Amino acid sequence: MIYLKAFLVGGLICALSQILIDRTRLTPARILSAYVVLGVALTGLGLWEPVVRFAGCGATVPLLGFGYAMAQGVRSAVAESGLLGAFTGGLTAAAGGVAAAVFFSLLAAVFFSAGDRS
Amino acid sequence: MKLNRTEYRSLYQKASPSSPSLRNVPAAFVTGGAICALGQALKTLFLQAGLTEQSAAAAVSCALIFLGVALTAARLFEKLAKWAGAGTLVPITGFANAIAAPAMEFKTEGFVLGTCVKMFSIAGPVLTFGISASVLYGLILWLAGGAA
Repeated sequence: MIYLKAFLVGGLICALSQILIDRTRLTPARILSAYVVLGVALTGLGLWEPVVRFAGCGATVPLLGFGYAMAQGVRSAVAESGLLGAFTGGLTAAAGGVAAAVFFSLLAAVFFSAGDRS
Repeated sequence: MKLNRTEYRSLYQKASPSSPSLRNVPAAFVTGGAICALGQALKTLFLQAGLTEQSAAAAVSCALIFLGVALTAARLFEKLAKWAGAGTLVPITGFANAIAAPAMEFKTEGFVLGTCVKMFSIAGPVLTFGISASVLYGLILWLAGGAA
């Protein structure tokens, strides 16, 4: 059941994004940035938690979930270590994803090339 | 050549590739949904392996990012993204591709100034805004007197 919910909610987020892209010609950098910020904001307002509880990875796998993870990390870090937590929480929560993306991409660049795009 | 505004607009619309939403939107829905369902399956697997809820979520991100980079390296991501659009861009696989694709493509401009610099051309803004938003949220929480 959770798989179906994840599929439907994740799919819906992507479909809405596609409409946004088709209508506005926003570049990927803007869309991805906007989603991470939106994820932080929605989590801060307490609106994303219920969606995550309902749809699991359908809400956490889209980039909104990246913002959600950062906001959650900040919240527990501030609760634990006060002001310092505001600066450590977000990146700590995102560390796994960022490190994996950078390291694997570096490996990919070393061993593969993009080839010609004809 | 002199153009008034409406003439320019019609030329612009002719020149920019149109995205047929009727085909794009369902493709994005199915692909995005499938990636999220795959994430959910991975999470179940990690939880069964004894990881905590939080570690399992991080492990899912790492696994999907690995998948995104691997597909990019195999030059399959491009083909999939052409068909699925936002379906591959918006899930975390799109973040992986946004780093891996320029890293590979700009290898020709040198390892440091090409690969290492250009790999952040899309991820840079994402991280800048994401980190800043999280710090801002943290400051608000701190000023509001600690978190819930």
